[in-house]
Amino acid sequence: MQSNVQQFPPFREPQPQHAHDSHGHAEHHEPNFWQKYIFSTDHKVIGIQYGFMSLCFMLFGFFLMLLMRWQIAHPGVPVPVFGPLLEKILGQPAAHGAISPDLYNSFGAMHGTIMVFLGVVPLAFAAFGNYVVPLMIGAPDMTFPRINMASFHAFFLGGVVMLVSFFIPGGAAQAGWTSYSPLATTIPTNGQAFWLVGMVLLITSSLLGAVNFIATIIQLRAPGMTWMRLPWFVWAQFVTAFILLLAFPPLEAAGVLQLMDNLAGTSFFLPTGLAVGGQLVDRSGGGSPLLWQHLFWFLGHPEVYVLILPAMGIVIEVIANNTRKPIWGYKSLVYSVLFVGFLSFIVWAHHMYLTGMGQKIATFFQATTMMISVPSVIILTCMFLSLWGGSIRINTPMLFALGFLPMFGIGGLTGLPLGLAAADLYLHDTYYIIAHFHYVVAPGTIFALFAGVYFWFPKMTGRKMNEFWGRVHFWCSLVFMNLVFMPMFAQGIKGMLRRMSDGAVNYSAARVPNAIDALPGSVMQLNGWILWAAIALGIAQIPFIINLFWSIGHGEKVGTNPWSATTLDWQTPTPPPHGNFAHEPQVVRGPYEYSAPGHAEDFTPQDEPESSAAPLTPTAHH
Amino acid sequence: MEIPYTVQNRPDTGIYNAKLGIWLFLASEVMLFGGLFSAYVLLRVGAAPGEWPHGWLNVTLGTINTLLLALSAITTLLAWAACKVRDFGKFRIFHACTILLALTFLGIKSYEYRDKLMHYEIKLNNGKFADGHLVEKSADFDLAKKTGSVTLHGHFVDDEKELADLRSPEAQAAKHGEVVVAATDIKSMGNYGPRHNTFTAIYFTLTGLHALHILGGTLVIFYFWAFGGAMWKTDPERFTNRIEVSGLFWHFVDLVWIFLFPVLYLT
Repeated sequence: MQSNVQQFPPFREPQPQHAHDSHGHAEHHEPNFWQKYIFSTDHKVIGIQYGFMSLCFMLFGFFLMLLMRWQIAHPGVPVPVFGPLLEKILGQPAAHGAISPDLYNSFGAMHGTIMVFLGVVPLAFAAFGNYVVPLMIGAPDMTFPRINMASFHAFFLGGVVMLVSFFIPGGAAQAGWTSYSPLATTIPTNGQAFWLVGMVLLITSSLLGAVNFIATIIQLRAPGMTWMRLPWFVWAQFVTAFILLLAFPPLEAAGVLQLMDNLAGTSFFLPTGLAVGGQLVDRSGGGSPLLWQHLFWFLGHPEVYVLILPAMGIVIEVIANNTRKPIWGYKSLVYSVLFVGFLSFIVWAHHMYLTGMGQKIATFFQATTMMISVPSVIILTCMFLSLWGGSIRINTPMLFALGFLPMFGIGGLTGLPLGLAAADLYLHDTYYIIAHFHYVVAPGTIFALFAGVYFWFPKMTGRKMNEFWGRVHFWCSLVFMNLVFMPMFAQGIKGMLRRMSDGAVNYSAARVPNAIDALPGSVMQLNGWILWAAIALGIAQIPFIINLFWSIGHGEKVGTNPWSATTLDWQTPTPPPHGNFAHEPQVVRGPYEYSAPGHAEDFTPQDEPESSAAPLTPTAHH
Repeated sequence: MEIPYTVQNRPDTGIYNAKLGIWLFLASEVMLFGGLFSAYVLLRVGAAPGEWPHGWLNVTLGTINTLLLALSAITTLLAWAACKVRDFGKFRIFHACTILLALTFLGIKSYEYRDKLMHYEIKLNNGKFADGHLVEKSADFDLAKKTGSVTLHGHFVDDEKELADLRSPEAQAAKHGEVVVAATDIKSMGNYGPRHNTFTAIYFTLTGLHALHILGGTLVIFYFWAFGGAMWKTDPERFTNRIEVSGLFWHFVDLVWIFLFPVLYLT
């Protein structure tokens, strides 16, 4: 392998002519605003576009959640401050400034959709992946820069379609982010059709992105950047791209079929004899509601790993950098992530234990679900063991990365009972589920994403974000995240179901005193506490937002490698110019050569030439 | 700035960027059609006994279309080979054939669609069914107002299930002729469009999506055929790569049809 690498042709081989490349070296013209920020083909600009959009969408999704939490804590009571505005914008569904059950359903469906498909995935995969991966592997750009641009535009369009659906008659989709049929077809709103069209656009965007990422990582690695020298973040993105490439299309197929159900009157997911409101539906029937669930979760479960793997990649980079020692178990991490990627395709039906698909099938998926926890635990264990004996530097990115470990641990471990059919029968569709997956995604993934923002901000701007306010952001977020989600475990175990617009008042002991399993006042009281914790969590993000924008112009100026990191992304000028590298990087060692004996500094960049004349030894792999 | 390996193979991976890209895209396409085919399987397995249709599609037309696409696969390959030996004239001839074959395919497909959309099944008030192709609707025909009549070329059946298996001896023996049905006798009436049953639904969806792929592929090939001359003069190798990559897509679309034809027409 290595001898091959030595024989590479020059990296940026000059082509015989530039007819196909309008950005030739000869005429260097200053691009205008549109070329530079809207129709840019530069992976770094596209990464920032994705990052900015997805942060905006996350804020919007969070705001939807705040409105829902108000409704859960105070059912039917007009929303303070924002109520009149809601009524003005949305009209009847928000009459008197209160949230109607239909509107609550819309908000619920759109909160999930926006957070997953327009918030976390674009930030974790598209934004960080676009910005960091080409830099890390020593590439001048993505393999297909124009397709990269098209990917962002499809994403943007998908987001617009999703947002527009709030304003059509009947409102946005109301069948949950999972859009189960026949509910999704029988609810009298075209919001579902908008949702499906929006999803097709988002899937197109992710398809273009995934092809680009995989091709870039395979084709554009710098000379000497062998597979086992890739930073683990790149591995995580590589597997994520494969998951997106192969798991999303079945949902696209399902989306096309449901669109046919909604617009062309077919019955793909509608069973024979379906009645709505006591009336037989004028459909041929013969379809299968279970089919939708299979196709949806065939994406839906791998999607969980799309959410978590890039986040883990960020955490590994930040931990390696701040413990100042090589990451523990690099090879185990690589094989684990590949195994997770593969297994994630055969666990989907653990979301469907209650559908009556049969015990044998349930047993199979139960077994694979238990198996997939093994590589996940290996990854987390490697992270923990990497801390052992390190001279740990505490800074904001490291705090968020360290916060990720226990939070993701809680999220992962509370998932085990849900993977076992017997326990899941009880816990299914309760607040326990909500607490579980939010621990994985919110204090888990989103903490890792914050770590990434604080970590790579100096590379994007040449300035650091304010450390003090970063720590305020971290500690407040950590406390309030837990205050929001921890009580939900208790509510779920007590049997409080999710997706109820009245916050389960109808099942409370106050309403039905004689029912055996009525929810006691202590459980209902938690709704109020969670609301205040959520509001506090929102306030805790204000320092971050201000810090982010203020630091662009006023943060502490730093050099090209402020964290003294080893990977190639820190060996470029800051911010990296179009084309990234001043000269072609020659990679001579693995990604985490921290505190290597015999070196003056405690870090050795991947492309720093060997000082001695000694021949290249394979020690770099250890 | 130049992206490396846009034209030349990378030595250790042995492939150029666009070719890798199209293979990845095709992998995703396999999963897309895989999802749809599994939908087909589940719908068919889940259908009530005797209700899944057989013999509803014209096997002769399907066979002709299969042959057309098989031929177009050959001409696509030859067009690429012509580029490889730097013969632009031959390339144009072969890809002209590809485009014509593709358009013929789409023409036949539209004829088949029209045939299904003109085919009506009428549920009568007496519990029987009239089934056949629309000949004409009388000028004053209005189902809501119960006026006028509709003329079909077809026959009456007692049970809807008799219409399911058109390969059965009974169905083969049925006599078809002009059938006139008065609006007053009609309970409900609908054509064999997507909403008729799950078979027509999956048939229109699968073949419709496939036809869109044919259309897209044809447009791309036509673009190279009509406007590729400029790149051919400046960078024939890059142009040849483009023909190879678009050809790979075309072969995939052909392959999908090779699965669609037996699944929909022959079973």
